[in-house]
Amino acid sequence: MKAELRRLTDRAATEGLLDVAYATVDSPFGPLLIASTERGVVKISFPVVYDPEETLEELASQISPRVLEAPARLDDVRRQLDAYFAGRLREFDLPLDWQLSKGFRRRALRAIDRIPYGKTRSYTEIARSAGNERAVRAAGTACGANPIPIVVPCHRVLRSGGALGGYGGGLPMKEALLAMEGVLRKGE
Amino acid sequence: MTALPPFQALLDDHAADVMAVLRGAVGRTDAEDCFQETFLAALRAYPQLGDDSNLRGWLLTIAHRKAIDHHRANGRRPLLIAEPEELSGATPEPELDDGIWALVGALPPKQRAAVALRYACDLPHAEIAAALGCSPDAARRSLHEGIKRLRKELA
Repeated sequence: MKAELRRLTDRAATEGLLDVAYATVDSPFGPLLIASTERGVVKISFPVVYDPEETLEELASQISPRVLEAPARLDDVRRQLDAYFAGRLREFDLPLDWQLSKGFRRRALRAIDRIPYGKTRSYTEIARSAGNERAVRAAGTACGANPIPIVVPCHRVLRSGGALGGYGGGLPMKEALLAMEGVLRKGE
Repeated sequence: MTALPPFQALLDDHAADVMAVLRGAVGRTDAEDCFQETFLAALRAYPQLGDDSNLRGWLLTIAHRKAIDHHRANGRRPLLIAEPEELSGATPEPELDDGIWALVGALPPKQRAAVALRYACDLPHAEIAAALGCSPDAARRSLHEGIKRLRKELA
């Protein structure tokens, strides 16, 4: 049955009937569910909230119910994530699909997407880049609602005083990523 | 309206049944193509599907239509009973008795579909009727006739 299903997924993609392809990949923090559309990566779910069924239902209702498991279509994303976690990749080169974020949140996430590897920004700076310096809290919400974490590096956003702030994947993961990028020393 | 489940869930839950029905309906060799056609047609129609209360019945209905299309394309010739590949057991499928399914495959279309839906998919009469587009009584009759014929063949 496996071969038949793979052939079906391939044909569905060729005929434009595969709206959301997804796969599960391992990471040092646990399994990630990654999903992409024809436009690019649309969703990465954190290991701590790993609930594939719920994530897939959200994708079905928010994007299209034509959601299929198609690991081959996410090979490039998986390879780049592996390399990033191994410290071999500093900048992702992946097309992104921003459709799950709107308005101010999308502008904030685009600003976050421009933070270079190993650098950090404050929530205030992100709010300013998104066009409303006073919307600091909204910038924090945008980080929390980031549909494409890791690739869109919301872990590089800190409080103005340098405190860690929050992280959807849990603070230990935020610390570990920042330590890997050389921003934090472990235990700092 | 509740949102439709991700299509992958339909594959996980029903792909094996659809394949079993198609093997019964068109034989093992052609079932693979009908399987692809069934799920591609389902994917095409899925976002516009209004009623998702019986997705299994919906898929089996499409499978049934694809099997009929297949027989039409083959000029209504009766299915070969003893396709060598099917009877040699070259690729044994433990849950299916190939000998029986070859006989099922040789039944007239309605009886064949009714038997496959009842015994391969474990569908109740009402769902068989829905899948075949006939009344529950007619479905029961087709099933009964099909079973009677199989008993005679096997006796």
